[in-house]
Amino acid sequence: MRVAELVMALAMAVFSLYLMWKSAELPIGWIPEEGPGGGAFPFWLSVGMLVCCVVIVIRWFRRTSPLSRSTEPYMDARTVRIFALAAGSLFVMVASIHLIGVYGAIPLFLIFYMRYMGSHPWRLTGVLAVAMPVVTFFFFEIALKISLPKGKTEPLFYPLYDMFL
Amino acid sequence: MEIFDLLMGGFAIALQPLNLGLIVFGCAVGLFIGAMPGLGSVNGVAILLPMTFLVPPTSAIIFLGAIYYGAMYGGAISSIMLGIPGASTAVATTFDGRPMALQGKADFALVAAATASFVGGSISIVLFTLFAPPLADVALAFGPPEEFALMILAFATFIGLGGDDIPKTFFSIFIGLVFSAVGLDIVSGQPRLIFFELPGFFHGVNFLVLAIGIYGIGEILWTMEVSKGNVVVSQANVTIRGIGKSLRALLKTTKTMLMGSFLGYFVGILPAAGATPGSLMAYGIAKATSKDSDSFGKGNVEGVVAPEAANNAASTGSMLPMLTLGIPGSPTTAILLGGMVIWGLEPGPLLFVEHKEFVWGLIASLYAANLFALLINIAFIPMFIWVLKMPFTILAPIIFILCIVGGYAPTNSMHDIWLMFIFGVVGYLMRKLDYPMAPAVLAIVLGPLAERSMRQSLIGSHGDIMTFFERPISGTIMVLGIVLLLLPLVKIVRRRLAAT
Repeated sequence: MRVAELVMALAMAVFSLYLMWKSAELPIGWIPEEGPGGGAFPFWLSVGMLVCCVVIVIRWFRRTSPLSRSTEPYMDARTVRIFALAAGSLFVMVASIHLIGVYGAIPLFLIFYMRYMGSHPWRLTGVLAVAMPVVTFFFFEIALKISLPKGKTEPLFYPLYDMFL
Repeated sequence: MEIFDLLMGGFAIALQPLNLGLIVFGCAVGLFIGAMPGLGSVNGVAILLPMTFLVPPTSAIIFLGAIYYGAMYGGAISSIMLGIPGASTAVATTFDGRPMALQGKADFALVAAATASFVGGSISIVLFTLFAPPLADVALAFGPPEEFALMILAFATFIGLGGDDIPKTFFSIFIGLVFSAVGLDIVSGQPRLIFFELPGFFHGVNFLVLAIGIYGIGEILWTMEVSKGNVVVSQANVTIRGIGKSLRALLKTTKTMLMGSFLGYFVGILPAAGATPGSLMAYGIAKATSKDSDSFGKGNVEGVVAPEAANNAASTGSMLPMLTLGIPGSPTTAILLGGMVIWGLEPGPLLFVEHKEFVWGLIASLYAANLFALLINIAFIPMFIWVLKMPFTILAPIIFILCIVGGYAPTNSMHDIWLMFIFGVVGYLMRKLDYPMAPAVLAIVLGPLAERSMRQSLIGSHGDIMTFFERPISGTIMVLGIVLLLLPLVKIVRRRLAAT
């Protein structure tokens, strides 16, 4: 935890500096007749972020905050595995939406998650992997009239559009 | 009398078949979400808000209000049956609810929690009905300086009363406000904070993207880490006869229920406080004032009714500043507030003038939701216990999918989906290091209003910041905000003086 506390504070300090630099693309001072410049609001808030990070780092060196004294690991092996699998599979799912669309990505994600991570039987996995995209299609595309991304699979949906829309 | 007429008009709206159906459905969904370990009203409202685009705004807020209410009831179920709080608002319920379940009194604990929730909800809705219109009348006179002072007060309460790490709370507020500034400058219209020149940033960072990222993806990652998967679900046999017996036994706890209800309501009004500290405070007072305080923590029913009455009352209380002043009283109401903006409504006192049907429809629906949540809760306890046994490896991917498609719906942008994923993962990693996330969500919702009111005030006063202090209302609110900001400093000084 102790190292993670410092790494996060430093990373956020760098991010604050980046935000200050981006904010300064617009005026950050007072403009006569116009008031505060367009960059003033985010710039001074980013300065505030940086100050907070500096305080966190000072406390870390002085060991005055609970996490700066902690000897516990930030993530144990079990947590790392769970986090990597869950976040990794979600990352792959979002990335695959660009190619195979939501209706291709949902079943693959469910099959991976339920079979590999949950060890659920094929029958239950299959039922959910089919039902979830079907329900999603009818709720979003038909009821809400919101078209979800379909990637390269778009032409496969033309007959369904003709039927329901 | 006018309030009564408006309330009756509200009932005419709330009891329309569509809205009534949404109340019942919302309560059931809320109970389900609240009962799931780790998930609470804020997660349910954030994930399901995009689904409400199908119905008019009044029906949408009624549905989300019912989810909010149902989740408050549902939180007690997993606290009692699993020993894991359904949400942070039900933590205090675990202290005595779980020991009661282990002693074979789970049915009594469940009925006590439901009854106390109903009493807390009922009292708070009556208070809400009486207080909201006069407060909205006062707020109608507010100009930009008062609006900005209110924003400062909302953020200051997180610092003064939030109980989290102070520099990290400040950081969370600042980063939320900076993200709210992404897009186009509200005065000059020039592009601002367009990271890596990605065109997706031109339309700003939608608050829902941050909220679903943190309360959907981040929360599930968190729950997967903290739930070890080896919990024991207690058994409960709820019968009509048993309920009658329990209700008679609960008469002895009337005073505790009333204390929890009033305390919860007034704590709920404070922006940073809300249901969690309200329920913990109610538990503490119930224990301190009880003649049998030694039995607290070992299965005293008063330890269940006090926090449950308080958390339901607080959920209604937190809606008061949201509707009347346009500042949310809790993370859930922050998301509801953002939803109003999406539906094309301007939160704040003008709602009481320009959208009476919306405000009074919501208020009336809370009366109905309170009743339906009680009935559904009692009637379907066996089903909720069955739901608690559902493996998280089924629930988690379904929630992830709901987050992805729900996050896409309002903006139709894959850019936002990626942003949501990043917010979820980074939010989870930061939460592990005690960075509070609720202030960031509140800040991204209030950010545009805070910036607009600040700039309007400063332009009007030619840059003189005393404009925030010279007007009586804004000056009073600003001083209150500064006192709250200084509160942690006072505590530190007192602690050091006591140590020396």
